[in-house]
Amino acid sequence: MEFGLNESQEILRDSARSFFAGECPMSEVRRLMATDSAYDNSLWRKLAEQGYTGIIFPEEYGGVGLGKVELILLMEEAGRALLPGPFFSTVALAGSVIDAVATAEQKKNYLAPICRGEARATMAILEAAASWELEDLQMAAVNGKLSGEKLFVSDAAVADWILVLARDGVFLVDRKSVGVTTLPMFSMDLTRKLYAVQFNNAPAEKLGDLAGSPSALDLATTALVAEMVGGMQRTLDLTVEYAKTRKQFGKTIGSFQAVQHQCADMYLETESSRSAAYYAAWALEEKVPDARAAVSIAKIYASDAGRTVGNRGIQIHGGMGFTWENDLHLFYRRAKASETTFGDATFHRERLARLTIDTPSVAGMSA
Amino acid sequence: MDLNLTREEAAFRDEFRSWLATNVPRDWSAWREKPLEESFSYLRAWQRRLHEGGWAAVSWPTEYGGRSATLMQQAIFWEEMARVEAPPMANALGLGLIGPTIIAYGTEAQKKRFSPRILSADEIWCQGFSEPNAGSDLAALQTEARLDGGYYLVNGQKVWTSYGWVGDWCELVVRTDPTAPKHKGLTVLLVDMKSPGVEVRPLRQMTGESEFNELFFRDVRVPVENVLGKVNDGWTVAMSTLMYERGSYGARLHLLFKRNISRLIQLARTVPRNGRTAAEDPLIRQKLAQCLAEIEIMRLNQLRAFSRITATGVPGPEGSIQKIFWSELNQRVQQLAQEILGPYGQLLAADSHAIDKGVWSYGYLRTRGNTIEAGTSEVQRNITGHFVLGLPRSY
Repeated sequence: MEFGLNESQEILRDSARSFFAGECPMSEVRRLMATDSAYDNSLWRKLAEQGYTGIIFPEEYGGVGLGKVELILLMEEAGRALLPGPFFSTVALAGSVIDAVATAEQKKNYLAPICRGEARATMAILEAAASWELEDLQMAAVNGKLSGEKLFVSDAAVADWILVLARDGVFLVDRKSVGVTTLPMFSMDLTRKLYAVQFNNAPAEKLGDLAGSPSALDLATTALVAEMVGGMQRTLDLTVEYAKTRKQFGKTIGSFQAVQHQCADMYLETESSRSAAYYAAWALEEKVPDARAAVSIAKIYASDAGRTVGNRGIQIHGGMGFTWENDLHLFYRRAKASETTFGDATFHRERLARLTIDTPSVAGMSA
Repeated sequence: MDLNLTREEAAFRDEFRSWLATNVPRDWSAWREKPLEESFSYLRAWQRRLHEGGWAAVSWPTEYGGRSATLMQQAIFWEEMARVEAPPMANALGLGLIGPTIIAYGTEAQKKRFSPRILSADEIWCQGFSEPNAGSDLAALQTEARLDGGYYLVNGQKVWTSYGWVGDWCELVVRTDPTAPKHKGLTVLLVDMKSPGVEVRPLRQMTGESEFNELFFRDVRVPVENVLGKVNDGWTVAMSTLMYERGSYGARLHLLFKRNISRLIQLARTVPRNGRTAAEDPLIRQKLAQCLAEIEIMRLNQLRAFSRITATGVPGPEGSIQKIFWSELNQRVQQLAQEILGPYGQLLAADSHAIDKGVWSYGYLRTRGNTIEAGTSEVQRNITGHFVLGLPRSY
C-alpha cells in the first residue's frame, strides 16, 4: 500500500508545475480573463504539445494513455496556476464522457482531434431548474434534433462540439451548426466563461446512453476537486508568504496566533482535500466498490474547504486582500464556481447519505 | 500511488487474521464497560497472549521482539484488531510510545533490560510529563533532579499521568540544569515507581472517573544509568515520544469512529423525528454524511502521512494536523449523537433507560478532553504554523 506518488508521477507533477509557471503566470491569467472567451490559441497548442489534451485517452486515438491519478495531478497544477480557458471542459469533462460512452468510430472522429489539440469541446448539463440530478433533465432529442436551452455551459463559445445530456442519451452537437446560439452568462469566475446555449432544431449525433455518463461525470468531478486543491494550495502559499512579510505593531503578522492558527487550518483543509481527491481518483481507476462514495466525500470536503481557505486567505491579507490588484479574489471566484459545479457539499452529502444511510449496512466506505 | 495491499502486506494481514481467529477472547464485551481497575488483569493477560504469538509490538525492530513492521503493516494490524473488536493491550504507553523511545535513544543495556518486560506486560509504564504549571508550556517544567553521587535526587510533582496507579516504571522528564535556557536543561529519567518517595494520587476528571493520576516525588533516588538519551538533551527525547503519540494514535481511532457512526446510523433509523425517522430527516442526514466523510478523510490523511514517514523514518510535525482532525471530529460525532438521541442522550450508565449503557453521555463528556490531552488544539496549531509552514514562533 503506497499513498505517495511514484517517480514518474512526481516528474509529471513537477514538469506541469514549471510548464504552467512559465506559460501561464498571473499576468497571462489577467490578460485572458479580460477577453471574451479567456481562450488563447498559442497556449492551447502548447498544452497539446505537452500531451496534456490527450493525457488520459487511449493511445489508439492519439492520447497518452495515462491513468486517472495522473490526470488529477495535472489538474491540481492547472488549478494552482488558475489556468484560464477550456482545458477542463475539453479534457476532464467532454473528453472523459466521449471516452466513456461513444463508439470507436465516434472516438476516432472526436477524441482524436482533441488529443491532437485541434478541437475543443464542452458539455451542456444544466437547464433552467439548475438541478444536477439527471432525472430532472427535460431536454430530449426529436428525430435526431435538439431544441431548448442549456445554462451554465463552460467555454461554449470556443468549443467545436457541445456534448448535451438529454433525457434519452448523450448527444454531440457541432457548435457552428444551424440552430445553435451561445450567449455569455456573466458570472463570478472570470477565467472560466459560462454560456447559455440555445438549441433550435439543432442536428445532434447520439454518442451513447445516459447510463454511461455517471462514471465519466464522477471523473470530471474528481478532476475539478483536484483543480480546487491546486487553488487552495496557491492561496495558502500566497497567504503564508504574506504573513511572513507583512508587519504590524512592529511584528510580522504571522507571529500572531490569531493569524497563525488560521494558516494551520488552511493547511489542514488543503491537505485533507488533497487526500480525498487522490483517493477518489485511485478508486475510480481501480473501480473499487466505494468509488462513488469517495467522489462525493472529496466534493463534500473540498467544496467547503475551498471556500473556507479563500475566506481565511483574504482575511489574513487584510485590506490588501480586498483589492482588485491582489490575486486572491481570482482564486476565490474560481473556488465559488467550482463549489457549485457538479453539486455543492449539501448536494453530495445527500448523495453520500443515499449511498450509506439508505443501505442496510453502512456501505460505501472501505474498512 | 497504489492502495492495494502488496503481497507482503496481504500475507501479514492473513497471518494476523488467522492468529486472531483462534486467539481473540470472546468475552470482552462483558468486560469493556467496567472500570480499568477491574479489567486491567484481563488486558494484561490479553497482551501476554499477543506477545506469545509475537504480535504485541509489531512496529518494534525484530531484534527487540517486534516484527519490524512497516507503517502500512501497523495500520493493517490495528485495522484487524478493530475488525474483531479485540480488547486493547494493558501496556499501551510502553508499547506505543515509551518502548520506541527507549529503542531510539536507550543504551544497549537499557534496551535489553526494559523492552522484554514492556512486551510481556510484566512492567507497566506511565509517562511523567505535564506539571501543574507546565501544561502546553511543557519546557517550563520544574521537577528537579540533582546529581548526588551515582544517583539523581528527584523532587517535584507531575499531573495527568495515565496508568500512574498501575505503573511500574515512569518516563519522567526532569530539570537537571536550572541555569540553562528552559529547553536545554531537561533530562529524561526512567524511574522505578516503587522507589521510596514516589506517591500516586488519583485525579478525578469531569466524567467522574479517575483515568489519570498525580505523581509526587520527594527525594526519589534514580541511578544515573537510568538516564535516557543524553543529560540535558531530554527535550529531544521527550519530543520524540510526543511525535509517536500524535502520529500513530489516529490510525487506531479510525475504526472506533467508524463503529460509532455505524451505530449512530442504526439508532437514527429507529428514532422518530417530525413524523419520520431521524435517518430520513434531511438535517440529520446532512450531519451524518459530513461525519462519514470526515471519518474517511481521517483514514486517508493517515495513510498519506504514513507514506511520507516511510520516506523519512520518523514521525514529523504533520502529525499535528492528525491530532487536530480526529479530536475535533470526535467531538462533532458525539454532539451529533446527542442530537439524534434527544433527551436519552444525557442518561448515565446507571439509568435503566440509558441507550447503549450510557456510552453516549460518557462520550459527550469524555471527548471534551480530546482537544486538550496529548497537546491542545492550540499547541498543535502552533506546531503546524511554525514547524510545517515556517511562520515565526508565536509564543
